[in-house]
Amino acid sequence: MKKLQLTLGPVLFYWSRDDILRFYSEAADWPLETIYLGEAVCSRRQQLRGQDWISLGRELAQSGRQVVLSSQALIESESDLRRLRKLVENGELQLEANDLGAARLAQQQGQPFVAGHHLNIYNADTLALIRSLGARRWIPPVEMDRDTLSAVLGQAAFNGVQIETELFAWGRLPLALSARCFTARHYNLSKDDCQFRCMEHPDGLRLNTREQQAFLTINGIQTMSDGCQSLLPHLADISAMGITALRISPQWQHTAQVVQGYQQAVAAIESRTTGEVDLSPYSDSLLVDGYWRGSAGISAIGETRHAHS
Amino acid sequence: MPATRPLPELVCPAGSLPALKAAVDNGADTVYLGLKNDTNARNFAGLNFDDRTAREGIHYAHQHGRKVLLAINTYAQGGDISRWHRAIDEGAALGVDAIILADIGLMKYARDRYPDLRLHMSVQSSATNYEAIKLAQDMFDIRRAVLPRVLTLDQVKQVIDHTNVEIEVFGFGSLCVMVEGRCLLSSYATGESPNSHGVCSPAKFVRWEHGQQALGARLNGILIDEYQQGEPAGYPTLCKGRFEVEGDTYYALEEPTSLNVMSMLPQIIDIGVAAIKVEGRQRSPAYVAQVTRTLREALDAAGRDKQRFAVKPAWTQALSKLAEGQQQTLGAYNRPWK
Repeated sequence: MKKLQLTLGPVLFYWSRDDILRFYSEAADWPLETIYLGEAVCSRRQQLRGQDWISLGRELAQSGRQVVLSSQALIESESDLRRLRKLVENGELQLEANDLGAARLAQQQGQPFVAGHHLNIYNADTLALIRSLGARRWIPPVEMDRDTLSAVLGQAAFNGVQIETELFAWGRLPLALSARCFTARHYNLSKDDCQFRCMEHPDGLRLNTREQQAFLTINGIQTMSDGCQSLLPHLADISAMGITALRISPQWQHTAQVVQGYQQAVAAIESRTTGEVDLSPYSDSLLVDGYWRGSAGISAIGETRHAHS
Repeated sequence: MPATRPLPELVCPAGSLPALKAAVDNGADTVYLGLKNDTNARNFAGLNFDDRTAREGIHYAHQHGRKVLLAINTYAQGGDISRWHRAIDEGAALGVDAIILADIGLMKYARDRYPDLRLHMSVQSSATNYEAIKLAQDMFDIRRAVLPRVLTLDQVKQVIDHTNVEIEVFGFGSLCVMVEGRCLLSSYATGESPNSHGVCSPAKFVRWEHGQQALGARLNGILIDEYQQGEPAGYPTLCKGRFEVEGDTYYALEEPTSLNVMSMLPQIIDIGVAAIKVEGRQRSPAYVAQVTRTLREALDAAGRDKQRFAVKPAWTQALSKLAEGQQQTLGAYNRPWK
């Protein structure tokens, strides 16, 4: 069995240029197989422009990491498409396609790509199709449970489809995208004059229920979970399933410790030792793994939620 | 003067045989329906068609010169996807005029098995740009794409100008504020989503809590909203609840509103939209009849009167009685909204 690799997902929040550059200069030393770069959420976020991301990617690639450019997930306008084409045509770094249009452009370039979780691949036929377009790796939808994934992988193997699988292993879950900006709405601003208030919330804005249960996270046009998904308790099983890589989604603080924790946990599986790793101090949200267990995504680690009343 | 555009098709929902007949009788050009299982995104108890009702409905529509579309618009799940394949086989055998698909793997199946079957790309495919549509056209010869309710009118025009695939847009009904096919809020709260189970905020997870002062609406235990006495209470669709953000309690994601594009019908016709869709397979035959009749009149008037077209107060009145939350908007098509 191949060793589980660790990857760093794209920064989903809006950080300043300096903060982004500082973050990646540190990340360059972390034990990562792949670093995903780019603005995947909002077209108005332009602290780094396409060329800046490409240059940063080339620098990081020199440190021996695989670097992949993540496409914007919601492509609506011609200028969105122009930026996308620029990424695809960079001539060196591969693309994470987060939209079917992006997959098409990568295919036309004859470029292998990573099929992002937004591509909605829920079965082996669709996986084979995406593979035939040039995907070398895929990230299942974040809502997919362990047994469904196992069935898809089993069927894909039976059909002779070879592709790497990467799981969203750590971080607030990207759940929804909208044309509307909820951060702007919170500040009573129109989306087109949002004053870039996302930057004031480097881990997003917490949305509570009316009885103060932390529920979701507002991140501009994206809605995320408040709960921080952690697949850490399931790594032995995940490794046995033949998964290639685990994605850590960047957060404002402690990402380095999280990567390190996963690294230790993976090493413990390798050496068949039991090293308890506790990552809860590195999240200011509840750790959840409900999706993986076939339950509601919000279901906390260890919790068995009996759905309806 | 540009050549006169043909009127867009009016595509109306049929959650049952009586609703289908109501749509046909009141002027729908096309009706769309789903089968009684999780292969479609309105998988609600008591809704949808079995073989017998589907046959009867298709016969009724065809007798009246109207078309029938079959929605198979969830994503086929896991290792055994024969249920979705059977639904496609069934649609082909029933002689529907087209099948609406979200999953590109299913598009391939349908294209390989039934080369002559007309395929539409569902709104659940999240195709918001023409490159995504071209992928499905090149690979599976899809003839129409339904656009998510997130594009402005200019963006819709941009898509139309760059593809010869027919474009269908939503014209009336509940407003999904999230991109269709890209929203997992429901499964985060309950384990079931439109993509996986064909449901959003499913009824079996809803619990009403009658307190001393307030009525609480819960979804799988999560408080979605709370209503004081006298306040109208709405179904706890989770993006339409009131939540607290930094000390403010408000509709943090979306107010319960309806989409209504009546006032922009001339522009919609002008940019070359091929079809206008009414949301609501979960609605009653009476609802379908009223909405279909009103939009039929409005659409015909817009075709006749062109730029002199004006929305008649009677139409607005008829539709506002049916609209969710009594408020109607143009959604993303024009966006002064925040």
